[in-house]
Amino acid sequence: MAERSSVFDMIGPVMIGPSSSHTAGVVRIARAAIRVFGSIPDEVDITFYNSFARTYEGHGSDKAILAGLLDFKTDDKRIKDAFEHAKQQGLTYKFRSVGNAAIYHPNTIKLNMRKGAHEVEVIGVSKGGGLILIEEVNGFAANFTSSLHTLIIFAKDQPGSIAFISDIIAHEDGNIATMSVTRKGKSGQACLVLEIDTGIRMLTKDYIESLSWVDQVIYIPDIDM
Amino acid sequence: MQTEDYLLFDDFKSWKKYCEKHNKLLFEPVLDYEIHQKGTKETAIWEGIATAYQVMCEAVDTGLNEEMTSRSGMINNGAKKVYRYPKAVLSAEFQRLIARALAAKEVNSCMGRVVAAPTAGASGILPGTLYTLQELHDIPNQKIYEGMLVGAGIALIIERNASIAGAVGGCQAETGTAAAMASGAIVYCLGGDINQVFGAVAITIQCMLGLVCDPVAGLVEIPCVVRNASAAAIAYSSAQISLASVDSVIPVDECIMAMGEIGQAMEARYKETALGGLAATPTGQAISRRVLIHDIEMLDDEPEQ
Repeated sequence: MAERSSVFDMIGPVMIGPSSSHTAGVVRIARAAIRVFGSIPDEVDITFYNSFARTYEGHGSDKAILAGLLDFKTDDKRIKDAFEHAKQQGLTYKFRSVGNAAIYHPNTIKLNMRKGAHEVEVIGVSKGGGLILIEEVNGFAANFTSSLHTLIIFAKDQPGSIAFISDIIAHEDGNIATMSVTRKGKSGQACLVLEIDTGIRMLTKDYIESLSWVDQVIYIPDIDM
Repeated sequence: MQTEDYLLFDDFKSWKKYCEKHNKLLFEPVLDYEIHQKGTKETAIWEGIATAYQVMCEAVDTGLNEEMTSRSGMINNGAKKVYRYPKAVLSAEFQRLIARALAAKEVNSCMGRVVAAPTAGASGILPGTLYTLQELHDIPNQKIYEGMLVGAGIALIIERNASIAGAVGGCQAETGTAAAMASGAIVYCLGGDINQVFGAVAITIQCMLGLVCDPVAGLVEIPCVVRNASAAAIAYSSAQISLASVDSVIPVDECIMAMGEIGQAMEARYKETALGGLAATPTGQAISRRVLIHDIEMLDDEPEQ
């Protein structure tokens, strides 16, 4: 049986209107994306797909995505004025609408973020009620919800790596809720995404990153904090 | 299903039985539920409810004092016009109730801060009703908070046995649930007994049954905003009826069952898809054409990759 709702699902959340899937969910996709990116980007291309492609202006999802890219929270009153804040903070952006993208969920957004030579692409879905799914990071299937603590590891594809990483998390008393592993092309690079119930220490993140076969580690604690 | 320790809010019958058996007030098992189910501390629950009420009252004041025009232009400072209109059709109190429910919901439509209660689309109903209740009857905050917990219990049961989402059960699920929460809270705060509180819920549901979700251009504006006002009025009419112990005849749990049944039978075009009802009218369609984005790159039918 599905988990029972909270009193604060009935009276709450405190949010910026008009709708949880068009505002809160969109803000959260961007908040997750800038954490993957590592900072607030200088430049971003924002693509709204399918249902979002037609409705994003009417629902204010364009303001919501910029607000999230500026690291505003879902209940921040400044969301309404996100265009002005983006201008002040020097965030430049371009919007694009793409319909009939059959491979994507109706409410999908793609973010191409840039700062100097650093570029990251994130694809996220707003699932309703403010819940999200980050589907892809730089072409790798990521599939994390950002409701938990997320660890993304880009590493060389070699035997034993998954067992090694999960062993380290176990020693942190971390319970792994979900894990996905994907390889991309022939480059031999793999992307390992873990969702963990509790947070890990920075020391642990740094240790994993120091391993010779690991290229990059991104750690995303609770995005709503 | 029920455990020994606390109530799970499966239906109104067991809520009443539990309160009578343990000699508890209606809000107490709601508090226990949250503590046991979610591991939340009691102080945190009261703080959360207090914050929610504060945000609700702020939304009312914001909607009555700040510029409220939506991007589509369909919402344009309606609450302020109602609040300031020189002639009260019924009473000054009724005029303020309607204006406040409109105000909080307009804030939602115009990207302001609200409490989804139970949803964003119904976010004007509890603010309008509770703000006015407190003003009229000089009710202390603590009592309002208890009433809100009673409202949350009501919504938990409706969610379980029908729905609180427009996409699942139509508008009755959203504004109907909010009105039921408000009506129950009003009767509770005015000292009504369990039968009177639940009777108010039953009568409210009876009045809200069958309402479809048909938002023009898919935006949470028309008719959502005015329906928040009418739902607030129905919450009060039902409270007035039930406080006098006028019987709902159909018990509250059966009213909720009817709401679930109607929600299931409702066609998809009446469930937030903007394909039926007001959304499908010639004017609704014209507004939709104006508001929606047409500069879209359409991909071929063959999926890329």
